[in-house]
Parts: sequence; structure tokens; C-alpha cells
Amino acid sequence: MSSEWPLWEVFIRGQHGLNHRHVGSLHAPDAELAIRHARDVYTRRNEGVSIWVVRSNDITASSPSDKGPLFEPSNSKVYRHPTFFDIPDEVGHM
Amino acid sequence: MYAQMVKAEGARPREEMTPEERAFQDRIDRGEKIEPKEWMPEGYRKTLIRQIGQHAHSEIVGQLPEGNWITRAPTLERKQILLAKVQDEAGHGLYLYSAAETLGVSRDELLALLHSGRMKYSSIFNYPTLNWADIGAVGWLVDGAAIMNQVQLQKTSYGPYSRAMIRICKEESFHQRQGYDILMKMCLQGTQAQKDMAQDALNRFWYPSLMMFGPSDKDSVHSAQSMQWKIKINTNDELRQKFVDQTVPQAEYLGLTIPDPDLKWNADKGGYDFSEPDWSEFFEVISGNGPCNEERLGARVKAWEDGAWFREGLMAHARKAESRRAERTAAE
Repeated sequence: MSSEWPLWEVFIRGQHGLNHRHVGSLHAPDAELAIRHARDVYTRRNEGVSIWVVRSNDITASSPSDKGPLFEPSNSKVYRHPTFFDIPDEVGHM
Repeated sequence: MYAQMVKAEGARPREEMTPEERAFQDRIDRGEKIEPKEWMPEGYRKTLIRQIGQHAHSEIVGQLPEGNWITRAPTLERKQILLAKVQDEAGHGLYLYSAAETLGVSRDELLALLHSGRMKYSSIFNYPTLNWADIGAVGWLVDGAAIMNQVQLQKTSYGPYSRAMIRICKEESFHQRQGYDILMKMCLQGTQAQKDMAQDALNRFWYPSLMMFGPSDKDSVHSAQSMQWKIKINTNDELRQKFVDQTVPQAEYLGLTIPDPDLKWNADKGGYDFSEPDWSEFFEVISGNGPCNEERLGARVKAWEDGAWFREGLMAHARKAESRRAERTAAE
């Protein structure tokens, strides 16, 4: 069996009130050490207040070839944006 | 530059491209980033693995000449700073290995290639660090040259490489400043003996630093291909010129003399004329015959082999804990 440590994806919450954001990946034997490694590799300059790690193998990603079917439909739905509607100035702020 | 002489392959003139390759080149030309798992020409993938791998190896081998001085730093403060800097280099290596792994090569494969001498690291780390001023010169010149290269690489076309570069650039400026700060102390407040040490360090590190940018453009057959794919943004000579122009006034401020009698300001080109390094020395060092190649690679291989029991032990523990958890869940 390979002794290479599995790969983990690292997510850091930069400040209270912000989402965790993907910052990179690293190798670690288990979740506990992945957190410790993440602290050393990705937060040496006060970058975070919280860390998530998840095994890279456990992530399901959309395929690049599905980009069209997945995301193009929203292009044609311009009415989802407020700027689609002309509201007369007299109406005031809306 | 941490990646010198990266063999590029496969970029072809537009009229010879397949439709897929042309669409790919169009994306590059539009300035789009290429992400893992998207279609890419095999040559692009291989060239990137070589370049990012070489870059990563340089970061971790680069810890060795400086690590030599951690226990010998003149004050506790200098020691803490140097420790932090060397730790950063390890981090930079890790960001880059992760970026390379998104191209389908494993960490262990990359390390095996380094350890067997089939992948290179920057020639600069095969020079010894003989005195404390060398640590100043390494930060000032070696990290300075690295920054010059890495700033342009933030715009490289491969997303994970570009993001690693952005992160690294944010941290690298500290490295250069801490080096220059060591030399300011020695040159502006030091004794004559300390000033002499600083001059000696500059004398030894000047030309090897110029070599970091790789061979001259006229001898760098792979540059053009890497630039077509925007793996590289600037040529070796452009970056070298920028580095010299930036560094000369910094040396003057320290009262040090660049060891090049032909160095002089050229008003027409708005830059300095300077002597080329001895390229035969460069080719010797990069192919394994520098003053410290054996020592550096030996230290890497020893660390890897001596640490094997530890890596395997942690993995065995993780597997055991996992199966115990599974048993417990099954019993509940």
C-alpha cells in the first residue's frame, strides 16, 4: 500500500463574518494533522480564524465540459437583475 | 528565477495546430486562466510540471544554505527572523507541489525525480554560505532575483500556478528586506572587517544571482514556446536587466562595489550595461558539478529516507484509527 499521505483541501475563514474560502491543499495522514498542517502552511500571517479540511477524494466537482449546459441558461434570464426594469424617477428609491 | 532551462515542448505555429489546440491558444491569448481538468495540450501539461516542479524543488532545497546559519545567527532576533524565513520557504515549496499535483503527477513522484537527479533545482543553491553576510546577500540578491521572476509569473496562464505565485509574492518581500537589513547593519554600522565580509559575499553571489534568470535569450530555445502559452511572461534577459537596474543603486547605498569593471549606466537604453556571467560555470553547476550539489541533494535524500518510518507510522496509525471508528459505527 502506498505510504503517501492523502490529499486534503483547505478552507479558511479569514475574519469573523466571512465565508470559509478555499486556499489550497496539502498532504496529511488524518484530519487532525491536516488541520495542524493547514495552520502552518496557510495561516503564518494571521490569515484565519477558522480552518476546514476535507479529503480531496470526497469532493465532487462539476465537469469542465458541462460548463455550457450548467451555466449558459442563466445568461438569457436578464430579468433576474434589477437593472432589467425601468422605474420612473418619480417613484423614488426602489 | 527558480526555474532555469525548463525544457518546453509542443507549442506550434497556429497553422499547424489542431482545432482543439487552436481553441486552447485562443483562450490563452484572451488572457483566460486554464484550470485543472480542462483540456490542455500534452506539451503544455508536461512543460508546466517541469517548471512548477523545478520551482518547488528550488524552494525546499533553498532552505538548506540558510538553515546552516539558524544556529549561528548573531542575535536571538536574527535567529527568529531567519527561522520564519526558512519556514516560509518550506511553505512556498508546498504551495507549488500542490499546484503541480493538479496536473496529475504525485508528490512522491516529484520528490523521487528530484532525489534521483532527473529533475533540477535552481543552480544558486549549489553555492556555499560561508559567513553571516552571505545570509544577507542571499536575502537581498537571491530572493530579489526570485521576486523579479515571480512577480511576472503571477500572470501565468495556469490558474493554480498563478494563485501559488500571488501567495508567494505577498510573503517574499519580507525575505528580501530581512537580507538587506542584515547588510545595512554590517555595512553602515559595522566594523571594517564586517564591511569586508559584506563585499566578499557580494563578490561571490553577484554572478550566480545573474545566472538565476537562465541562459541568455539567444541560447534559450524553450523560452519562446513557454511564452506562447504564457507559462512565462518575460524573457530571461529582460528580467536580468531589470534586476541589475534595481540592484545597482541598492549596492551603492550600502557602499559596496558590484564586482564588474564593465558595469556602467547606458543613458540610451535607460539601463546598465553589465558583464554576462560565465555560462560554462552555469552549465557545470546545473548539471550537478557545482561546489555543493552533492551536499544539497545528499541532505534532501537523507531527510527523506530518515523520515520514512515516521511518515509510514502516522499513516498506519491513521488507518488503524479509521478502522476502529468503522467498527464502532457498525456496532452501534
